[in-house]
Amino acid sequence: GPLSERRLMDVRLGELPAWLATCELSPQGLLGGVRKAWSSYYDKYINVKRGGPAGISMLLAGYCLLSYGWSYQRISKISFLVSV
Amino acid sequence: VLHTTRPLHTTQQCLAPLPPLPEKGGEVRHGLIPEEFFQFLYPKTGVTGPYMLGTGLLLYFLSKEIYVINHETVAAACILSVIIYGIKKFGSDVAAFADKLNEEKIAKALSVKNEAIKDLETAIEQEKKEQWRVEGRHYLFDAKRNNIAMLLETNYRERLLTVYNEVKKRLDYQVALQNLKRQKEQDHMIQWVEKSVVQSITPQQQKESIAKCILDLKALSKSAQAAV
Repeated sequence: GPLSERRLMDVRLGELPAWLATCELSPQGLLGGVRKAWSSYYDKYINVKRGGPAGISMLLAGYCLLSYGWSYQRISKISFLVSV
Repeated sequence: VLHTTRPLHTTQQCLAPLPPLPEKGGEVRHGLIPEEFFQFLYPKTGVTGPYMLGTGLLLYFLSKEIYVINHETVAAACILSVIIYGIKKFGSDVAAFADKLNEEKIAKALSVKNEAIKDLETAIEQEKKEQWRVEGRHYLFDAKRNNIAMLLETNYRERLLTVYNEVKKRLDYQVALQNLKRQKEQDHMIQWVEKSVVQSITPQQQKESIAKCILDLKALSKSAQAAV
């Protein structure tokens, strides 16, 4: 279909800048995109009859990685002093 | 506030009844990586591709100190091992418990629905019975008509009796009146005749009648004496 209607997974690597240009980057657009992504994640892994640990464990892993990325500067400095 | 200019119910989307929830969520391997990732790499690298990628990335991060090993690493390892042990041991029990809770909720809702359906069915049966009863209404009206006719008849006869009694009373009165008048006339006549007779007896006639009575008595006594 047309470029603007496709989802991120269906876009080829070469068309990525064009696809980014078509989608709306206003705050409402971004917020709408975030809301859609959140609800699609929920529908896939959490709003099911028999879920498992996968739903929240992926969220927790993502949170761990994000917090590690935020505190990387601090961690990389401290470890040098502790090893003494 | 509802803007009435916005058209309602234009799309085909129907919100009720809700579609049922899917049975199982998306497949996730080792609890962390979705299955789509493995399928994405399968055509190019086969089955071991993602694991090789993971090992390579891990070694790269460790060697380049992008991931530093400090006390937090040990803490994370302990915590992760405890969590995984807990999930492996008690996971199925917790899942069964949650499923039981869900079952109870669904059963309660179902029972409410069944109760409502049963009540409505009994209501339908009673409605049908009422409709059947309506067909027999001409019996009811015939009986009522008969009752009313009986009442009218009874009333008519009562009034007839009253009329008869009243007329008889009046006629009796007239008869009694006439009888009384006749009797009074008779009495008055007799009294008048007696009075006139008594008045007509003059003293001279009285003396003559007494003398005659004495003579008769003497004659009688003579005959009586003679007989004895």
